[in-house]
Amino acid sequence: MVERSEEVKLLGMWASPFSRRVEIALTLKGVPYEFSEQDITNKSPLLLQSNPVHKMIPVLLHNGKPISESLVILEYIDDTWQNNPILPQDPYDRAIARFWARFLDEQVYVTAMKVVGKVGEEKDAAVEATRDLLKLLEKELVGKDFLGGESLGFVDIVATLVAFWLMRTEEVVGVKVVPVEMFPEIHRWVKNLLDVDVIKKCIPPEDEHLDYIRARMESLKLKSV
Amino acid sequence: MADEVILLDYWPSAFGMRTRIALEEKNIKFEHREQDLFNKSQILLEMNPVHKKIPVLIHNGKPVCESLIQVEYIDETWPGGNSLLPSDPYQRAQAKFWGDFIDKKVSGPTWVLWGGKGEEQEAGKKEFIEVLKTLETELGDKAYFGGETFGYVDIALIGFYCWFDAYEKFANFSIEAECPKVIAWAKRCLKRESVAKSLPDPDKITKYVPELKKRLGME
Repeated sequence: MVERSEEVKLLGMWASPFSRRVEIALTLKGVPYEFSEQDITNKSPLLLQSNPVHKMIPVLLHNGKPISESLVILEYIDDTWQNNPILPQDPYDRAIARFWARFLDEQVYVTAMKVVGKVGEEKDAAVEATRDLLKLLEKELVGKDFLGGESLGFVDIVATLVAFWLMRTEEVVGVKVVPVEMFPEIHRWVKNLLDVDVIKKCIPPEDEHLDYIRARMESLKLKSV
Repeated sequence: MADEVILLDYWPSAFGMRTRIALEEKNIKFEHREQDLFNKSQILLEMNPVHKKIPVLIHNGKPVCESLIQVEYIDETWPGGNSLLPSDPYQRAQAKFWGDFIDKKVSGPTWVLWGGKGEEQEAGKKEFIEVLKTLETELGDKAYFGGETFGYVDIALIGFYCWFDAYEKFANFSIEAECPKVIAWAKRCLKRESVAKSLPDPDKITKYVPELKKRLGME
């Protein structure tokens, strides 16, 4: 698979959906990599040097050259290691996949964060808004095993932020944002994801993850269950 | 076998300009359909039901939304002629990084430059200049962001240039004084036919701003 010595290093954070999605992609392609856990409250010189513009994880270092922004990293991985493609081949399908990825990161994620971060009426409004956005995803899943179609693809990898972050937060936040009665397709899709070895291997272990979320909410003085 | 390409657009949009430029770079014949964003058409709502925004590129009846996604789609669908993105994966990743940066950081502060006042506008000016300076550093001494060839990052940014006169007038500052290399780069881009054809005259934008403010209830 690798013809010469390749150095792949990921500056990431074990509980971050953006970092984990890169790990999913690398693992799916069988690319060996070194994971370097970053402390974002005390940023390392390597992180600051590798991503001087945003100073954020994840950053992929390939033979020392940095790539930042998780969606950019995913596409770079797909371009560089062409086995087990993540994006579809057809330009139109690629455009649609990119559209949904942005929708997830720019709309769903941002709105879902408000569910955790707000209280009272504002929280209720955030729940409603998140559900409205997720209804679009629900529609996309009808008749499909994955958002990518028959198998796991780019949008599924990005959407793990719904499956294993938003839906896990429900336990801690005490609000069923994605109830099965309203979102049967999404729940079916999560079960499909959990059947995929790469996913099982790459998502944060549930108990530690929930503890982490509770601790973070505590430190941000947010009410948790 | 002719392709049908329609662009739902709004003449002052820096985002719509990206797609116009990309189509022109590839010499693709397209039908430009001006949209009234204050009274959205049936076709706009049907073709972009999620965001209800322009630009929307409709290729043989199928919609592509989001301007940078459209630029990439155009490059992939019509691979001949001028390449808009580099072929090398690392260079391509760098281009997409900067396209993403421009999307996230440039348009945000611009609202207060033509539509705001007081402290909010001052803060917006500071932010805008900082962002342009970061881009200026990235540009360095290169002719274009990608090096010798005009491409994706240039396309992502150039549409905002025709708004610069309006920003300067309404926010009372000189962009050239702060970022001369960006201005030099923009003038270089304007020498390309695709850009000259796709950007409206800055005067037209500046004259439009008061009307826009009124329509948006921004007085």
